[in-house]
Amino acid sequence: MSSKDSSFMKKIKSWPLLLPVVALFLVMAVNILHDAAIGANPLSFFTITLNQTTSSGTILYGRIIDILNRGSEVAILALGMTLVVSSSAGTDISVGSVMSLSASFCCMLLAGYGVANTSELAVPLIVGVLAAFAMGTLCGAFNGTLVAYFGIQPMVATLILFSAARAIGLLLCNNLIVYVRNSAFGAFGAFTGILPTPIIIAAICIAVVALVLKNTSLGMYIQSVGINPKASRIAGLNSKKIIFLTYVICGFFAGVAGLVNSSRITSADSNNIGLYYEMDAILAVALGGNSLGGGKFNLAGSIIGAYTIQAITTTLYALGVSTDQAPVYKAIIVVIIVAIQSAPLKAFFRKRSLKETKEAAKA
Amino acid sequence: MKRKILSVLLTAAFVAATIAGCGGAAQQASDAAGAAADTAAAAADTAADAAADTADAAADTAAAAADTAADAAADTAATVEEAAEEVKEAAGGAGGTINVGFAQVGHESDWRTASTKSAQDVFSEANGYNLSFVDCDNDSAQQLEAVRGFIEQGVDYIIIDPIVSTGWDTVLAECADADIPVIVIDRTIDDSDKYVSWVGSDFLTEGKAAGEWLKAYAEKQGIKEINALIIQGTTGSSAQIGRTDGFSEIADREGWTILDKQTGDFTEEGGQQVMESYCKSYEGKFNVVVCENDNEAFGAMTAMDNAGVKYGPGNDVILISYDACTAGLKEVQAGKITADFECNPLAAPTVEGVIQTLQSGGTPEAKILVPDNWYALPDQIVDFSVDGKPQTMVEVTDDVIEAQY
Repeated sequence: MSSKDSSFMKKIKSWPLLLPVVALFLVMAVNILHDAAIGANPLSFFTITLNQTTSSGTILYGRIIDILNRGSEVAILALGMTLVVSSSAGTDISVGSVMSLSASFCCMLLAGYGVANTSELAVPLIVGVLAAFAMGTLCGAFNGTLVAYFGIQPMVATLILFSAARAIGLLLCNNLIVYVRNSAFGAFGAFTGILPTPIIIAAICIAVVALVLKNTSLGMYIQSVGINPKASRIAGLNSKKIIFLTYVICGFFAGVAGLVNSSRITSADSNNIGLYYEMDAILAVALGGNSLGGGKFNLAGSIIGAYTIQAITTTLYALGVSTDQAPVYKAIIVVIIVAIQSAPLKAFFRKRSLKETKEAAKA
Repeated sequence: MKRKILSVLLTAAFVAATIAGCGGAAQQASDAAGAAADTAAAAADTAADAAADTADAAADTAAAAADTAADAAADTAATVEEAAEEVKEAAGGAGGTINVGFAQVGHESDWRTASTKSAQDVFSEANGYNLSFVDCDNDSAQQLEAVRGFIEQGVDYIIIDPIVSTGWDTVLAECADADIPVIVIDRTIDDSDKYVSWVGSDFLTEGKAAGEWLKAYAEKQGIKEINALIIQGTTGSSAQIGRTDGFSEIADREGWTILDKQTGDFTEEGGQQVMESYCKSYEGKFNVVVCENDNEAFGAMTAMDNAGVKYGPGNDVILISYDACTAGLKEVQAGKITADFECNPLAAPTVEGVIQTLQSGGTPEAKILVPDNWYALPDQIVDFSVDGKPQTMVEVTDDVIEAQY
C-alpha cells in the first residue's frame, strides 16, 4: 500500500506540469480565501451557471468561463510562441502588432476602404477571415525569413514588425477605428450555443497543434534544431526551413488571435488590439516551465501559463483591486510563480526531500 | 608644438565667435554665429597651412581671423534679427497670409483625427492662412523639434497640443524671444506660463455635467437611490482625472454610492472585461454605469447583454458615456446609451478667434473653453445647471450624427 502511494507521489513529483498547475490553482485559491473572508459563498468564483442573455440566448456564465474566454487569444499566441522559442531560442515580439495588422486588414476589407462605421459587409465574411489569416502568415514568413535565412537575432528581426505592423494597420484603416457592427463578423467573439466562440477557436487551435506534434516528427525536429542547429543540419534536418516554419506558424496564430480580438469588439482599433499581448505570450511560455533558451518545450505548460495570466487579471477584477495598484500585484504574483520554478529553488527542495527520505530511512 | 598653439588659437576663435553670436540672444543669431565661427575656423586653417614655417606669423593671422570672425558674427546676428522682424511685420500686415504652425499629438483616435481636420479646415489658404502641420506621432522629443522648426521658419503663431505637460519652459522661452505667440490647445502645460492662451475642453466640467444631469434625471424618474459603477479611462490621463473628480464631486454632495471604480483603458475590450466582472460582483446591486469614453461604453453594453442586464432609457440601468463621437451618438439614438457628454475636438475655430484678437492688438483670455454639448434623446433631456450655469442639451437626430466627428 505504502509503496503504491510513494510511486504515485513520485509520478506526481516528476510530472512536468506540476508547478504550472500548482501556480494556476494558487491564483484561484486566493478567490476562495477572499470570498470566505467577506462571508460570501467561498466557491462563488468557481460557480458556473446558465444565464439568460438579452441578445444571444442562454449561455454558460461564471468567472471560470471568463478566464477561459478572455485567455483564448494569449493561449493561441502561446502555441506559436512556444514553437518559436524552442526552435530559435528567441522570442517573436511582433505578435501583438501583427494581431492588430491582421485585424485592421480584415476589417478594412469587410467595411471597404475609408468606411469607418458600417453594419453591411463589403466582401463575403470568408474573404475577410482568410485575409486576416493570410496577413498573419505573411508577417510570420517575413519574420521567419529574417531570422532563419538572414541570421538576424529574433528580437531584432521581429522588432521591425513590432513597430511597423501597427502603423501599417493604421494606414489601412485610414487612421480611424473601423467599426464593423455585423453579427456574422461578431460571431467569432460572441457565443456558439452556450459556449463563448473564442474558447472553441482556442480549443481547435490547441487540438490541431497537439495532433500535428503527436502524429508527425515535427515536434522532435523543432526541439533538435533548438538544442543544436548545426548538429541537426549534419543529421540531415533543414534547420533553416524548420525555424522559418515555426515563425510562419506563430504569425498565422497571431492572425487568428487578431481576428478573435477584433470580432469581440466588432471593430479594428489598431492602436489597442493586441497591445502588450506579445509580453503576455512570452510570459505564458515562461510560466509554463519552458526555457526561453530554446530546445525542449512543453506545449501544455504554455497553455496553462496563458490561462494563469488571465486568472490573475480576472482575480484582480473580482477582488476589486484598485486599478492603479493592479500591475503591482500582478508583478508580485508573477515573481513568485517564476521563482518557485527556478532551478536553484527546485534544487533546494529536491535536496530537502532527499534529506527527509534519508532520515526516514534511518528511523 | 606649432600645431598645438594653432589648435588653441582656433578654439579661442570659435569661442569668441560663439560668445559674440550669443550676445544677440535670438536663435537665428546664434545660428549665424555658428556659421561665422565656421568661416573663421576655415580661414584660420588656411592661415595655418600657409604659415606653417613661422609660428609667430601663424598665430598673428589666426588671432586676426578670430577678431574678424567675432565682429562679423555680431554684425550678421544683428542683420538677421532685423530681417526677421521685417518679415514678421510684412506678414502680419493687413491682407497678408498668416503663417501658423501646429504641432499635433498624433493620430491615435477618431477624436484626434477630428481635431486635426478642424485645424486644417479653419487655417486653410482660402481663409488667408498658411498652416504648417506636424504630426508628432506621440513622441514628445519630436514635438519639441517641431516647435523649434516653426521658430526657424519664422511662423506668426504656434499652436501646440502638448503630448506631455512638463519640460516646456525652455522652448516656450525661445518662442517668446522670437516674438511668436504660442496657443496651447486640448492638453495642458504645467511648468510654464509663456503662452498666450489655452483653448480646450474642461474634463472636470464634463464630469460635473454628467453628475448634475443624473441628479435631475433621477428626480424626474423618481429614482431614490443611486448605486453607480464607474469604468475609468487610462489611469492618470487628464480626461480620467477630470471626469472622475467631476462626477465624484456631485456623487459626494448627493450622497450616492459609488460601488467600484476600475480602469478600462479607454478601450472597448477593457470596458467589456471590467463590466463582465462588475456584473458578477455587483449582480442586481447597481443602477448606473458611467463609462469615461464611448469605446468603453460599447464594451460595457456587450458585457451587460451577455449578463442579461437591461440598460438604456426606460430600463433599470442608466448608461452614461463621454466623448459623443459619431458611433457613440448612434448608440444614444438606438436607445442604448442614456446620455452622452461631449468632449469637443473642434478647437480650431476658437483658436482662430484668439489669433484674430492678437492680430488686432487685443489680449485674449488665458483660459478659453471650447463649448461642449450634452446629448440625449428627447425623453432623457432635462434641465440642469453646472456651477450655477444653466445647460441646454442637444437632441440626437440623424442630422446631429451626420455633423459629428
